[in-house]
Amino acid sequence: MLRITGGKVYDPANDVNGEVRDVCISDGRIVAEVAGADVRTIDAAGMVVFPGGVDVHTHVAGGALNFARAMTPENHRAAAKFTHSPELRAGVGGTTPSTFATGYLYAGLGYTTVNEAAVPVLSARHTHEELRDTPLVDKTCCVLMANNELILDLLEEGETERAKHLLAWHLWAAKGYGVKAVNPGGVTAWKWGKDAKILSEPVPGYSKVTPAKIISSMAAMVDELKLPHPMHLHCNNLGAPGNIDTTIETMKVLDGHRAHMAHLQFHSYGGDDWDTLRSESVRLAEFFNGQPNLTADAGAILFGDSVTITADGPWQHLLYQLTGRKWGNLDVENETGCGVVPYTYKGTNMVNAVQWAVGLELLLLIDDPWRIYLTTDHPNGACFWRYPEIIHLLMNADFRRECIDKLPEKALKRIHLPGIDREYTLSEIAIIISAGPARALGMPQKGHLGVGADADVALYNDDPDRERMFGHPRYLLKGGEVVVEEGDIRKMVDGRECIVRPSFDKNIEEYLRPLFEQYYTMSFDNYPVEMDRLEGADIRECG
Amino acid sequence: MITLTLKEQPEVPIEAEALSPDVVAELGNDELRALPIFFGKRQLRLDDFFEVEGEASEELEIHGDASRVKWLGRGMTRGQLRIVGNAGMHLGAFMKGGAIDVSGNASDWVGAEMSGGLIRIGGNVGGQIGAAYRGSLTGMTAGTIVVEGSAGLEVGMRMKRGTIVVKGMAKDFTGLEMKGGTIILGGAELRTGAWMNRGTIISLTPIPLLPTFAYNCSYNPTFLRIYSRELETLGVSLPFEESEGSYELYSGDAAVSRKGELLVWKPAG
Repeated sequence: MLRITGGKVYDPANDVNGEVRDVCISDGRIVAEVAGADVRTIDAAGMVVFPGGVDVHTHVAGGALNFARAMTPENHRAAAKFTHSPELRAGVGGTTPSTFATGYLYAGLGYTTVNEAAVPVLSARHTHEELRDTPLVDKTCCVLMANNELILDLLEEGETERAKHLLAWHLWAAKGYGVKAVNPGGVTAWKWGKDAKILSEPVPGYSKVTPAKIISSMAAMVDELKLPHPMHLHCNNLGAPGNIDTTIETMKVLDGHRAHMAHLQFHSYGGDDWDTLRSESVRLAEFFNGQPNLTADAGAILFGDSVTITADGPWQHLLYQLTGRKWGNLDVENETGCGVVPYTYKGTNMVNAVQWAVGLELLLLIDDPWRIYLTTDHPNGACFWRYPEIIHLLMNADFRRECIDKLPEKALKRIHLPGIDREYTLSEIAIIISAGPARALGMPQKGHLGVGADADVALYNDDPDRERMFGHPRYLLKGGEVVVEEGDIRKMVDGRECIVRPSFDKNIEEYLRPLFEQYYTMSFDNYPVEMDRLEGADIRECG
Repeated sequence: MITLTLKEQPEVPIEAEALSPDVVAELGNDELRALPIFFGKRQLRLDDFFEVEGEASEELEIHGDASRVKWLGRGMTRGQLRIVGNAGMHLGAFMKGGAIDVSGNASDWVGAEMSGGLIRIGGNVGGQIGAAYRGSLTGMTAGTIVVEGSAGLEVGMRMKRGTIVVKGMAKDFTGLEMKGGTIILGGAELRTGAWMNRGTIISLTPIPLLPTFAYNCSYNPTFLRIYSRELETLGVSLPFEESEGSYELYSGDAAVSRKGELLVWKPAG
């Protein structure tokens, strides 16, 4: 049992805003009171107490990430090294940290839950095994569905109900938590060497299936299945100048259904080409503010090295042509694809400068912090361990102005950031890094410090240098265990995986089996991930 | 001056990145003797392998066949490293300044990703000198490497700035994916300048050309008059007088940008 005393508590989900109060913990949960001789007390005077961070969109495990690791030896060479010790396993940090290092680095920011945002069913087993080796954080997975050809075939035939059962079956087969849609129809089109850029045009190979149809039917299925997390959506036309129209059109097509709009920064551009690219964050934020069915994460970028990894194959091919750097392309049978291209965001590059501003603008212009969360689409926009730099930019308008002054002149006319004075408060930071994403993921036990919540608690020094503050938690509690103490990782605990069991018609397997055996290279019985591949998973029944 | 003498050839290559003027400049003899040397995965002491004389100097001299001693002068920024004998792999990798002089041969990755300083090799070198390590975007970005003998594969691979001189022959793929800088060759084997984006390769003898290099003209570039004067201070003589001959200019590699230049010396007559 544990009592954290004297710290300023920020628990926005329970309307606690910087009050000095005690937080009591027993059996891994927050409780109202603890008493007795065996209560350990942590004196948190001069510190702020946050619920553990929750990353709603990150790429930390699985086939695509591993492919990226293999492709970028130069990044590992320059990366932070973790040498093994009695507590820690060896590993590397950098742009694509190894599994154990990922857990250490997240804990080193005060994060305790992460959502791996793109898992094909075919590599779900691999993903879960990597997640099992990612300690200190709880984990969820979003399963890629919007280019699954067996599901699209059913949409083509108008069999929406059966498609829903098939989707639910796949979600359970992958032992996932949510449904992910990446460039709906576009990845399928990529297998014909094409893309799906117009929402109302049929996807190559189909006559009735359009990106709009995939988006609306899939969001409806997720709602009907009562999944805790709404459809996690990577819109069509990512990264392209002028894609704002597609993004707004997508929000309209959703027609009131819930959705989480991933890495919105990459979807808020105006202009006709790279030379005329401009920020459309104002238009996007205004529209988004009026859509209460939607949540979003920023997908902010920071200048420096990154590796772009996405199921969006056609975009990655374009990026490869733009940069002339390495390009990896994976085909994931009938389900999806994947592209990997290392990328360096440069402060001197006009396009990159606009991207940098757009990410911050969205965080500052979307007025409800409960609906926009801090992410960098790790490792695409920047590495997750650079989140404190963004927090500093959000909390300090003067520092932001200093950074804006360094941008190329050309970029300044194309962004809105110089005119924005808003500064985030600590309470708002607690919302965008923890309480908000926990709510979007539908995890009532995460992101707050009310009685009954998981005892995931981060204690930071109340340091005026917010970058230093959020980069070095003094203490971190994971499930009630003190894992970081005085800034060092002292104890290793495994995180758990949270999965959902949606309800679906068991007969769907009889429909699927013959198709699967005809079109896939593996045996049907080896396809679903067995339950015992996951150690100690929390299963959430749905429907 | 600090003098190290190799006691005997180690059974496997040892890693000795501590042997750099930056590290030894302030150290007393006892501290020098205790410097870490990696022998496989084991960390041993410098005096397990070398006789150590002198202390606290930016001049470091190594005697013996150090062809199994890796990473000599890694990342050095100042001072002098002299090797009387041979040197092992990664000599002067990431070097930023100072000078390295080897009387014998050196192995692969000499001056890889260096950003300043001078490396002179009296004998032959291995491959990938001044190159980018696998996966990296850029090789050497400044500095000079002069080789009296021949060189191996991929000389100056992805180099961006700086000068490499190989007085003898270089093997295949010299200037592979080169982005800038200058390579001067006594001659070369196959596929010189493959995928070069920019930069200059000068050969003093005829070399086999890739079909993606196009002939432009024969001329005597003005810059060579100035450049050769600079090179003379390093003991490299580059012909430039019209009475002696001219250079054939080829541009390529057309498989990428066509902006690279390949100059081949043709003596008069």
